Amino acid sequence: MVDLYEILIGKEGDKDYQKKSVIVQGITGKFGAFHTQQMLAYGTNIVAGVTPGKGGQKLEEVPIYETMNEAVGATGAKISIIFVPAKFFLSAAKDALEAGIKLLIAIPEHVPVKDALVIVELAKKKDAIVIGPNTPGIIIPGIMKIGIMPASPFKPGRIAVISRSGTLMYESSHNLSVANFGQSICLGIGGDPINGTPLIEAFDTIRNSANIDGVIVVGEIGGDAEEMLAQHIIDTKFDKPVVAYIAGRAAPKEKRMGHAGAIVYGNYGSAESKVSMYTKANVPVAKRPAEIPMLLAGKLGKGRIK
Amino acid sequence: MRLLEYQAKSLFADYGIPIPKGLTSIDIEQGRKDAAVLGFPFVIKAQMAVGGRGKAGAIQKCQNADEFELKYPDIMQKVVKGEKTKAILLEKMADIKKELYLSLFLNRGKRCYTIIASAEGGVEIESVKNQIIHEVGLGNVDAKTAEEVGKQMGLKDKALTQFIDILQKLAKITVEKEAELAEINPLAILGDDSVVALDGKVIIDDNAMFRHDELRKFQEVSELEERAEKSGFSLVELDGNIAVVGNGAGLVMSTLDMLSDNGGKPACFLDVGGGATTETVYEALTLISKMKKVKGILVNLYGGIVKTTTVAMAFIKAYEDKVIDLPVFARMSGAEADKSKELLKGSRTKMFDTIEEAINAAVIEMNKNG
Repeated sequence: MVDLYEILIGKEGDKDYQKKSVIVQGITGKFGAFHTQQMLAYGTNIVAGVTPGKGGQKLEEVPIYETMNEAVGATGAKISIIFVPAKFFLSAAKDALEAGIKLLIAIPEHVPVKDALVIVELAKKKDAIVIGPNTPGIIIPGIMKIGIMPASPFKPGRIAVISRSGTLMYESSHNLSVANFGQSICLGIGGDPINGTPLIEAFDTIRNSANIDGVIVVGEIGGDAEEMLAQHIIDTKFDKPVVAYIAGRAAPKEKRMGHAGAIVYGNYGSAESKVSMYTKANVPVAKRPAEIPMLLAGKLGKGRIK
Repeated sequence: MRLLEYQAKSLFADYGIPIPKGLTSIDIEQGRKDAAVLGFPFVIKAQMAVGGRGKAGAIQKCQNADEFELKYPDIMQKVVKGEKTKAILLEKMADIKKELYLSLFLNRGKRCYTIIASAEGGVEIESVKNQIIHEVGLGNVDAKTAEEVGKQMGLKDKALTQFIDILQKLAKITVEKEAELAEINPLAILGDDSVVALDGKVIIDDNAMFRHDELRKFQEVSELEERAEKSGFSLVELDGNIAVVGNGAGLVMSTLDMLSDNGGKPACFLDVGGGATTETVYEALTLISKMKKVKGILVNLYGGIVKTTTVAMAFIKAYEDKVIDLPVFARMSGAEADKSKELLKGSRTKMFDTIEEAINAAVIEMNKNG
């Protein structure tokens, strides 16, 4: 079983322990450049950037290459983060996977479903993990972040947060931090209908980590990822505390609520359906983000862990 | 983007899927001309982006000119589940022997396209029995798969041959037009065993529209929605009186939920996108000022990287420019929150530490004004 935490951090004693190499695709754009600075400031080991036409230049001392092949060849990095506009996502992601990237963080919003499906297929063939598209990325508080999240809501600790929404990931983590529940890893899977790493798989990539005492799952209306996860929690007898939140209870049906994936058809994708499955799985669902730490404290207090 | 029935059917016709003879109008004068061309009897069908039209009386049979004069205006002003009639399709009646169900849709859980077919169609998908389900990857359907599905439905001879052709063409539409759903319900077998699409529902992937200029003619957005799109915002207009603004779709949905839980009535969902700047928030306030029903604005911004003072400047400028004259209830997290409060002192924007406090104040204020 893949352990995402270990992919990102490595093992103690590794030469690059906590310093895994990361490439930024689209490093010279306004957005890419700004977040490269932010990530460097947080301690992420960014070793290269790629922008066609800007090869040979540097940004914040980070060398820029023409292609992913060159960047990977020069650095041996296995992780990349993509900042290009949605139209160019398909080719950027293909280049990354063809060049041997094993963990791809896909930031762009508005990627067509067809392009996402093509990348999902290619990633399977290449045995690579894709997070996103339309994700804020991943942060391991206090150590590194590969994404666009602000640093302030997060604090090191032992709770994992998986979220379909960016700002709700910040909001939930902020509430946890204030209540003294630090986080070991916070991961946004993206707000699109097609996720490179769907909710269940995201859950499975962190469930076995030794650094986790509990999991917060921040969901929203649309699709049936939460229902499937709830069933999965029952089937696999996951025994650490899980607390959920679902946004969009008050949203009208058949309206896309900002995220491409946040839309209810009939009962499919409705908050009621998700809450009722979570209830079956003994996962409490917070009414608002501020309630998450209270529910978590309740679960932890029941002696389910030491 | 959800296509209306007549739009979906025009795609079907382009791809050679049989549809009944029909004509679309938006006023009764054109409707009368269409009726003369078609000849009575026919069906009058409201064109609106919603299911359950039949039950709501938005689809009615019409036998003669007298009925037409009564029913056309009646159906024109129907509202079903909040959706208004956008146009009227007059369509020849079919001699239906059997109603089938057929669709291709983006299966989010399995991350592939999936066929759903049934020999018992004509009802909403939730009630369709004996569903035959086939996963088909990126959406292409070969003749062998189509035949297999048709046989599982119990189709034979002429009907089977026609079904195979229709399913493959529907798949072609799905792939080439990048649809998230292409549905024919009912797909009817007629008296002579020919197969015809009596209804059509097609949803195109909005994010793929940049590759489909040919579909732009079907796009219908309100002036406000168009402006919002230009700024990279997401806007959904709702019925209440408090505009809800924030950065990030999840956060705005969450705010909408909490407002509703507290008895507040949201007037819109407005997501200004991940970041927030003086310009984006100013533009959001400008958009809201165009919505007459709005009596107050609830703002929930998770700044983080953004300084709240940047956002506070937008409010100050909006009041100065007289863009808004509404009370604003705002929660902004991020740097320089105290400085922002100082800046906004004495203005109609009240700043709160938590979203719960902002919501309470907004609801109380709205109730005060009746």
